[in-house]
Amino acid sequence: MSRTTIDLWVGVLVVLGIAAFFGLAMKVGNLTTSSLGETYSVTAEFENIGGLKPRAPVKSAGVVVGRVDSITFNSKNYAAEVTIKIDQRYPFPTDTFANIYTAGLLGEQYIGLEAGGDDVDLKNGDKIAKTQDAIVLEKMISQFLFSKASETEDKNSKNEKDAVSDSGENAKSTELGDPPF
Amino acid sequence: MSKINLVNKLLSGLHMTGHRVIEQIWRLGAGARLFFLTLTYSAESFRRPHLIVREMYFTGVMSLIIILVSAFFVGMVLALQGYNTLQKYGSSESIGVLVALALIRELGPVVTALLFAGRAGTAITAEIGLMKATEQLSAMEMMAVNPISRVIAPRFWAGVFSMPILVCLFSMVGVLGGHLVAVAQIGVDVGAFWSQMQANVEFADVTDMLIKSFVFGVACTIIALFEGYDAPPTAEGVSHATTRTVVTSALAVLGLDFILTSFMIVA
Repeated sequence: MSRTTIDLWVGVLVVLGIAAFFGLAMKVGNLTTSSLGETYSVTAEFENIGGLKPRAPVKSAGVVVGRVDSITFNSKNYAAEVTIKIDQRYPFPTDTFANIYTAGLLGEQYIGLEAGGDDVDLKNGDKIAKTQDAIVLEKMISQFLFSKASETEDKNSKNEKDAVSDSGENAKSTELGDPPF
Repeated sequence: MSKINLVNKLLSGLHMTGHRVIEQIWRLGAGARLFFLTLTYSAESFRRPHLIVREMYFTGVMSLIIILVSAFFVGMVLALQGYNTLQKYGSSESIGVLVALALIRELGPVVTALLFAGRAGTAITAEIGLMKATEQLSAMEMMAVNPISRVIAPRFWAGVFSMPILVCLFSMVGVLGGHLVAVAQIGVDVGAFWSQMQANVEFADVTDMLIKSFVFGVACTIIALFEGYDAPPTAEGVSHATTRTVVTSALAVLGLDFILTSFMIVA
């Protein structure tokens, strides 16, 4: 095999390899989408951020408009301070509402921005005043169980007062699964 | 009398164990010495890059067909198996994530390294073992040509350069194979396939893949070179060395993969 043929084939191999690498980086990985252009950063304070992580998406109307830059703990008021970077192309009014949502039932958490009606736009370093915390699933379940328990308690006491042995009602409550307390 | 026999047997068993352990440690040390010698003499081989290019043809280009075909089939099988399980949970759109992450994080580097050890590593071992058996290496030394800088170092760097290229190609072709099955055959939405993949595969995963492939390239190539260089100069010796190349490379790749992954997952 002559040297030029070998050189040609090795050149083909290297070019293919570089093309595959860029394909992986751009098309499969999210190198293009994660690098936003010009951004401005604003902060927002939350009582509870749940499972929010840095680099989580910031969405408005379902479109990714920015990313979470950093999350720090403010020891003065014991709240989480989240810095988010928003694309310069998307201005938001100062009374924008920031919520922490969960994608799907168990998916990753992201910040949803709902634009307000103010004329003045948020500037670099501004703070979003209106925030809503993440919904913690355990808290919700315990609240639900608690309300369910008090409901069945009421029902049982009512049944006892009426002194009617309505077995169907009781069977229904056990069918639902009695709360453990 | 039988008591002495028993003691003798026990003693010879201990002798054998000790001998084997010492031999393995000696081989490890000799392999490490060859590795450092290769690194010190590689400056000379970089002055003649056509030697490296020539070896890249034999290790990289010649491995291309087996790597690409197996990547395509691995990707297709991943998509089929993944879809089968994911659709039970109603999330068949995540099939792209599954295929891409499995290929980039694990299967790409590991399967490529195993195939590389089988395809290129054995060839290197057999070639160098035969060079030694036919006293070509001694002849070089007689002519004041350093066999390490002339024979070993170019093959080493060719393997180290080829491996990341092959791993990139493996992962990319695997994703395309998965795309073929998931989109064309099963009918998963094209947009969901790629957008879910892009949302969940980080650039850090791709760089981790490159780090793994580089480490596996060094390990596989140096094992193949050492086994060839250390082979007894007989037909049997070369055949044993070739077998050992595959076994040692496979074990080294899987062990290193666990260590590297545990660092990457924690970090």
